[in-house]
Amino acid sequence: MTIRPIFSALLRNRTGAILVVGQIALTLAIVVNAVFIIQQRLEHIGRATGMDVNNIVSTRVQGFGNEYDHLATVREDLAMLNALPGVVASAAMESVPLSGSGSANGFRDSDGEEPNSEVANYYRVSEGVMETLGVTLYAGRMFSPEEVNWRSTEEQNGGFMPSVAVISKDMAEALYETPDVVGRMIYNNLGQGAQIIGVIDRMMGSWVNWPNVMQVVLLPEVPERSWTRYAIRVEPGKADEMVPVIEEALENRDVQRVVNATRTMQNMAEHAYSRDNAVAVILMIVVVLLFIVAGLGIVGLASFTVNQRTKQIGTRRAIGARKRDIISYFMTENWLLTSIGVAIGSILAVALNIWLSDAFGLERLNYWYVPAGIAALWLLGLLAAAGPARRASNISPAVATRTV
Amino acid sequence: MFGYYLRLGMMSIRRNSGLSALMMLAVGLGIGVSMTLFSLHYTLSADPIPHKSNELFAVRIDNWDPDSPYSDNRPTEPPWQHTYKDAKALLASDVPTRQIAMHKSYFTLNTDSDDVKPFMVVSRQTTKDFFAMFDVPFLYGNGWDESAEDSFEQVVVLSKSTNEQVFGGEDSVGENIRLGAYDFKVIGVLDSWAPNIKYYDVNNGPIDEPEDVYLPFALTAPLELPIGGNNNCWKNEEIVGFQGQLDSECVWTQFWVELNSASQKAAYMDWLNGYVTEQKALGRFDRPMNNRLDNVVEWMEANEVVPSDLTIMVGIAFLFLAVCLFNAVGLLLARFLAKSPVIALRRAVGASKRDIFSQHLVEVGLIGIGGGLIGIVLAVIGLAGLTKLISDVEQVARFSWSLGGIAIGLSLGATLLAGLYPTWKVCRVQPSSQLKTQ
Repeated sequence: MTIRPIFSALLRNRTGAILVVGQIALTLAIVVNAVFIIQQRLEHIGRATGMDVNNIVSTRVQGFGNEYDHLATVREDLAMLNALPGVVASAAMESVPLSGSGSANGFRDSDGEEPNSEVANYYRVSEGVMETLGVTLYAGRMFSPEEVNWRSTEEQNGGFMPSVAVISKDMAEALYETPDVVGRMIYNNLGQGAQIIGVIDRMMGSWVNWPNVMQVVLLPEVPERSWTRYAIRVEPGKADEMVPVIEEALENRDVQRVVNATRTMQNMAEHAYSRDNAVAVILMIVVVLLFIVAGLGIVGLASFTVNQRTKQIGTRRAIGARKRDIISYFMTENWLLTSIGVAIGSILAVALNIWLSDAFGLERLNYWYVPAGIAALWLLGLLAAAGPARRASNISPAVATRTV
Repeated sequence: MFGYYLRLGMMSIRRNSGLSALMMLAVGLGIGVSMTLFSLHYTLSADPIPHKSNELFAVRIDNWDPDSPYSDNRPTEPPWQHTYKDAKALLASDVPTRQIAMHKSYFTLNTDSDDVKPFMVVSRQTTKDFFAMFDVPFLYGNGWDESAEDSFEQVVVLSKSTNEQVFGGEDSVGENIRLGAYDFKVIGVLDSWAPNIKYYDVNNGPIDEPEDVYLPFALTAPLELPIGGNNNCWKNEEIVGFQGQLDSECVWTQFWVELNSASQKAAYMDWLNGYVTEQKALGRFDRPMNNRLDNVVEWMEANEVVPSDLTIMVGIAFLFLAVCLFNAVGLLLARFLAKSPVIALRRAVGASKRDIFSQHLVEVGLIGIGGGLIGIVLAVIGLAGLTKLISDVEQVARFSWSLGGIAIGLSLGATLLAGLYPTWKVCRVQPSSQLKTQ
């Protein structure tokens, strides 16, 4: 089959052709960029946290009244929590990973004149934090109970560095350019140092959209004040049912405080990623709708051309064209339109991406998305044109002899 | 004639109900998707206090690290907040009509009553002008005055919902509540108040609800009230005790002024420059002078209250609408040209091109309105879906009458524009051309 006659037929019905080409081009431009954004968001959401997110519950207790003894309360709470059926381990934490709330600080590799410096999430924690979060050690060990510094208010003045620290592998690599740092010293901004006794394989910090989120420093310390948070690891699959149990147990143990913000870490992760998730879901819906609308557009216009050329098709059939000749004519015509559409669409897709990355700092497109999009639209075009083309092939040669 | 065309249009739509429904659906889908995202954008970017947004200014001065800017991404921006000592010093100016220093905080609230279980409240420690400046309505009582600030009176203003929770909605002025370890006397209860965007404290969450309780800023230092919300430090300084926090270069207080004229604004800017120059002489403020007065809308833009994700998606949604319109043009064209014989007949019996044009444009308009209505329904569903997807957007993911109007207008306008070509084409049908072949 030669393309020339098809092409000149198209030129005679330019409007219909332009409409199809325009739809295909815009569809490709949008789909390529949307799928690229979706892919990036899903990768972002799917990053490993290094923790047993599914089985951790966290809560916050705030004491009040004049007799409130914070350090004693934390000790008793932890003992009670650990004895609670369903609880595997628990720890006091100043803030909880993935929660959106936490502290960050600069840390240095030496207290000399020109130290390397890296900002990290830091957590002041009680012992048991490793088992509670489900993090694994790359090297060294975790804190022993004796190493945890229970500091009264008077002792807290002037810095916050205990004598030992555990850091994440990402932090070790960022600060020392090697993960093998057990035994080395880490310093805070005031030049106070702690010895690194352990390196964690991987641990995500508090703010999932923060570039340094994998850089974590754990300090064994429970400072005295009116509030604390607890992280509690429960038996697998029991996180949701343990939320009210834990809240009630804490409330009943001591009425001199408020227990609030009790929730699962899974819930915090969903909350933290809800915007990324929404972007991905909305764009997926748009992509699906686009395919439907563009597909229907092709069906509509192809049907229209078939109807317009009923008599012409009848004539061709009467003078010997086979059904498959008619089908292949319409399929080729449509393929031609789709091809022009995707050619223009590829340029639009790249242009749109360049504009998005310039105006909004989006990453540059991985250009493999363009041929993948082209293939998808070719397939869509073929599927959409198949119905009308079939209908055209069923037109009887006798139509040629009728007046309409 | 319009009524007649309307009838013709309705008839035509009914006769071709399948194709008409398809066109309306195509337009409706485009409108639905674009309006869902546009609504969110519209609410987030809307001026939350239109009658005085031009006279309220967030104040910024750059006290940050001499060696690096506050924000690496946007190095020209000074910090969003102030040190405690600067906030106190700024209160000394007599240039602004009103001015407020404030910060966010948390407390446990408890009472002597056994019926009310202690609970957590979010509080705002602020100065007396807060309520007048941001047009905060009172249900009972009122705010505090300067003498209360000067004599460190332990007074509190409750939000309507806090008052409901603690006092069952009764007039609680004169009652006592305990915040943390301190007793406070209730002097006022707010009426319902929740600006769409919490513009006065965007760095702690622009779509958060307003605070539950309001206390004098003057009490923060003597009572050592807790400090909540963002707190950012740059200086390697030893911070000892609460006083250390107050004396530090950490930024955690916010400052707003009301300036009613350009000259007052200029005068205040001079005053600010004077203050910073004075501090430079004392060895602080090592960065270049970078004082800012942003009005409410500028402040929201500087804080990127509308996330760029959303702007991108609104753009993509409008491109989707364009595809839907391309689609509708194709369908309209097919439909109108199929009617050519009838049109030719009408032309032959005396209808002018103008008549044919208006008639079909009315039909297109009906499809546009139909599409708009479908779009509104889809947008309402879409916004409900958004509140399921994203936490805490209930307050801003709302469809309003004005958005409904925009949806219908957009649908009508876009469809008419898209219908122009098919309509024009149909006018050119020659009376003779179609009659001949019959």
